[in-house]
Amino acid sequence: MNIIKKFSLGLLITLFLTISANADKIRIGTEGAYPPWNSKDASGKLIGFEVELAWALCRYIGKQCVIVEQDWDGMIPALLMRKFDAIMAGMSITAERQKTITFSQGYADEVAQLAVMKGSSLEGMDTPSGINLSLGGSDVKSALKTLTSALAGKTVCVQTATIHQNFLDSGDVGSVNVRTYKTQDEVNLDLASGRCDAALAAAVAFTDYAEKSGKPVVLVGPTFSGGAFGNGVGVGLRQGGDDAIGQRDAELLKEFNKAIDQARKDGVISRIAIKWFGFDASM
Amino acid sequence: MDFELMIISFPKLLNATVITLKLLSLSLFFGLFIGLIFAVLRMNKNPILNKFSYGYSYIFRGTPLLVQIFIIYFGLGQIEYLRSTVLWIILKEPYWCAIIAFALNTGAYTSEILRSAFQTIKPGFIEAGKSLGISNKIIFYKIQIPIAIRQSLPAYGNEIILMMKGTSLASTVTLMDLTGVAKYIISTTFKPIEVFIVAGSIYLFMTFVIHNLIKYLEKKYSY
Repeated sequence: MNIIKKFSLGLLITLFLTISANADKIRIGTEGAYPPWNSKDASGKLIGFEVELAWALCRYIGKQCVIVEQDWDGMIPALLMRKFDAIMAGMSITAERQKTITFSQGYADEVAQLAVMKGSSLEGMDTPSGINLSLGGSDVKSALKTLTSALAGKTVCVQTATIHQNFLDSGDVGSVNVRTYKTQDEVNLDLASGRCDAALAAAVAFTDYAEKSGKPVVLVGPTFSGGAFGNGVGVGLRQGGDDAIGQRDAELLKEFNKAIDQARKDGVISRIAIKWFGFDASM
Repeated sequence: MDFELMIISFPKLLNATVITLKLLSLSLFFGLFIGLIFAVLRMNKNPILNKFSYGYSYIFRGTPLLVQIFIIYFGLGQIEYLRSTVLWIILKEPYWCAIIAFALNTGAYTSEILRSAFQTIKPGFIEAGKSLGISNKIIFYKIQIPIAIRQSLPAYGNEIILMMKGTSLASTVTLMDLTGVAKYIISTTFKPIEVFIVAGSIYLFMTFVIHNLIKYLEKKYSY
């Protein structure tokens, strides 16, 4: 009996220490499967643009941070359930997500684009090199029309719960056959195997894959921005509230916004972006 | 608790249950054939056939279903040669890849269930048939198989339920089955608890039906 008592007491103390030690740390959730935004090295360590940026922002905030790994499809639910306090996972700021969570100001932006395998009939589509869905206009309309007829009856693959899926589901390019995957890696695999006629994701996700795998993946059609594609990538946070916990969440939003301001001014975001993307994706 | 979401998602999930049931029935259909063939091979005196059957059941019972479905879907898709053959027409489709994986998996378990059922048949039944001058073929079809099926009912009922839950892995290869649609709804509403409760209830109801069906059959064919 005595042993059990001592053991439980020890357990309680450990638990208490763990909780109090974590109380002041900011826990940041990332996916670790969307290079170059965030990924893992061969030893399983989280790396990438956002991992490095997270450490930098935490230094500006002046608090300790823990980076937590979380599957993409459970990212927002996990934030809401307080498994961590902030999302830095290449998550674009969209109106749809803002119904549930809030975002800091954007720290980076990057366009989406369709990818096909070399030799596909979709190569050489006649569209402008980039369209901004928020701007609209005749250029955007005619580009969407070209895409609609080119993609009719085709299978387009995307990662689940992404802006890319939202765009295809929105009907802007007609009723394409959308196939959703848990990770971008799986999208890339099925694009290469020929199960997907095309895939839609951040353009860098494809160039990164083509470079690492040596597969003949080519980008086609216009680059997409605005509209369903959101307004850049920011830190996802819980919406603040009036109670003590809600106030702390609101405080965290201010801290991140301030840290991003400072990091931008010091050129830190640009430097990290160039290192991982090969170009300045900061905003 | 968002009860409204639960009510809205119910018909969508029910619709997706059709795919789940299709996957289940086709896999069980093919799995039963595979199981029967391998159970018979397993009892064969020929050591090669015997070992082959044992190896099949050992591999498919010894590895996770998720790994099997990934190897068949993503793994085979990587082999360039395969993509130029007729087989690719079937392997290109996630639907058939899932059914192949499920059928091979349940086939392995079914072969073990049937084998043990065959082995529990008292030699007296077979001897009685022989003494009446019935041919070995008729003894197998009219005596051994019916008894083996009755003997294996409880264990096979369990296998059906396990397989039914196993079909949820189809969502990992892009199929929009019950779990796939549940995940899709969650991806736009970010409310996993509500949606998974509804999806879980549908799975539970299917288990209830299968369980009672097997119980009824056990009673009907008891001796």
